[in-house]
Amino acid sequence: MFNDEQHYLLKLYRDRVARRSGLMLLLLLALALAAPIYTPQNPYDLAQLNLLDAKLPPLHHSPDGAIYWLGTDDQGRDMLSALCYGLRTSLGVGLITTLLSLSLGLLAGLVAAYSGNYIDSMLMRLVDLQLAFPAILIALILLALVGQGIDKVIIALVIVQWAYYARTVRSAALTEMRKDYITAAICAGYSPMRIVLIHILPNIIPTLLVVASAQIAQAIALEATLSFLGLGLPITAPSLGLLIANGYTYMLSGTYWISLFPGVVLLITIFIINITGDRISALLNPRLQ
Amino acid sequence: MLRSPILIRISHSIITLFAMSIAVFLGVYALGNPVDLLINPQANQIERAQMITQLGIDQSLWVQYQRFLSAALHGNWGTSFVSNTSAWSLIIERLPATVELALCAMCIAIIIGLPLGLIAGLHPSRWYSRLIMNGSILGFSLPTFWVGLMLIMMFSVWLGWLPSSGRGTTTNTLGIPLSITTIDGLMHLILPAINLALFKLSLLVRLTQSSTTLAMLEDYVRYARAKGLTERTIIFKHVLPNIAPPIITIIGLELGGLIAFAIVTESVFSWPGMGKLLIESINMLDRPVIVAYLMMIVSLFIAINLIVDTVLIMINPRLRKQAPSLQSSLA
Repeated sequence: MFNDEQHYLLKLYRDRVARRSGLMLLLLLALALAAPIYTPQNPYDLAQLNLLDAKLPPLHHSPDGAIYWLGTDDQGRDMLSALCYGLRTSLGVGLITTLLSLSLGLLAGLVAAYSGNYIDSMLMRLVDLQLAFPAILIALILLALVGQGIDKVIIALVIVQWAYYARTVRSAALTEMRKDYITAAICAGYSPMRIVLIHILPNIIPTLLVVASAQIAQAIALEATLSFLGLGLPITAPSLGLLIANGYTYMLSGTYWISLFPGVVLLITIFIINITGDRISALLNPRLQ
Repeated sequence: MLRSPILIRISHSIITLFAMSIAVFLGVYALGNPVDLLINPQANQIERAQMITQLGIDQSLWVQYQRFLSAALHGNWGTSFVSNTSAWSLIIERLPATVELALCAMCIAIIIGLPLGLIAGLHPSRWYSRLIMNGSILGFSLPTFWVGLMLIMMFSVWLGWLPSSGRGTTTNTLGIPLSITTIDGLMHLILPAINLALFKLSLLVRLTQSSTTLAMLEDYVRYARAKGLTERTIIFKHVLPNIAPPIITIIGLELGGLIAFAIVTESVFSWPGMGKLLIESINMLDRPVIVAYLMMIVSLFIAINLIVDTVLIMINPRLRKQAPSLQSSLA
């Protein structure tokens, strides 16, 4: 099927901006995954931290000769290492959240579209109700109820995001179901399972890709915001948002680097994902063609 | 007239409000134990028991909800566990600060966002339009709290031009304390308002740009050009009125979003609004205040949605499911 001139993956690959931003995204992922290999210290191993090195500005030398390229935080943690680990946590939370909420939303959307009866209207009422409120508010309240922790953050983000996928999948699936090939498949006596999985699903993947690219950036930003507010991840496994929050206390006295660099990395990450998403939606969104 | 779409929407709103009150109440009261947090660890059993009866948490959930609902309908939203004053008055006290901040942010977003979006939509291939559109993606990508920190760092710490926290001097205007009426208050307001505006500004730029681009391809624009109208007349008399309704809708709906997002901005700038109160209450497990805040926000959202719906029904005849009036069939 990759010989097809109109295949969406081919279309994405041929677009210069999409190709470049996609490559940069892969590079970021590789950097995040390989963090333990190349970082000078393990920022979570308290034994490796030296309190005497606390709050050193960027490019400062430690007594044993190593350079703190991006300075250190209040506990003498090398910011460069903390950053790479933080990026790992942030990207990890974003990816897992997207995978889970996409699966949940896909299931709900397909069920709603295919059943079309009271299950459909009940699911969509729920989606409408949820989408009427801002994501940050719902996530904040959920976390206020269940407490902190990486698993709880992911649960809260999935609950916030599934509705976007469910709504998109449902409307995309309904559009597909009106087409002749589905009628033909029904006439051929295929089972509903086969029609949904083999005929409808592959055709709604481009639409799903458009939503997912926007949602993954939102998941990362939301997690950072929640962690900043003190309701997200615990201090033992900081994400980029928590690193920024950690530097907030010292910023007013001019110790800018603790907050600045994690913020820049967070910004670059979200920006690259958004640029990629923007190209994906420009190339694949059926309404824009 | 009972089948009028506006009345149907009002009844939907009331049902939603009711459902949300149950969900909010259950969620907040069924989890966590405020007794351990609020009672002095050295207190004896009798003092504990007195406290529990006083707070009303020894009753069943159902009884607690009934109490909560009947009190709520009487305008009594419970007493804060921490400060021992009425939760409702705590919220109301903080409401003007949040609303002032949100409205200022919305004004900034509209004043800057609409013209930029219009420019980018009218000349999509020019370099400045690309700059505006990529800038808007950047605006989407910038996490609000980090922008706030950077603003503080730049304008308060390095340049020392603007204060970094609080509301400054407020004056009572019609009984409501406002910052915008004094120079000091205005100086305090600028940074948080810009911070809060940034995301909505980007949204408005993108929305205006895409509606303008689509509108410029319409036949009526071509006919207007053929008629020899100037670009200025085409834009202000024909394009703008046509793209206005969806933009007005989004502005209305996003106002609620701004009030919710103010939680983040208020925390960064120590702005004494409802959002900061919510974060403080969550950290101290002060349940009546959390519930009062949530119900306040939920009511606000439902009211905003209802108003936007009603306005849309009134300005768009196609949404009215009634026989077309003489006037609209002539138009």
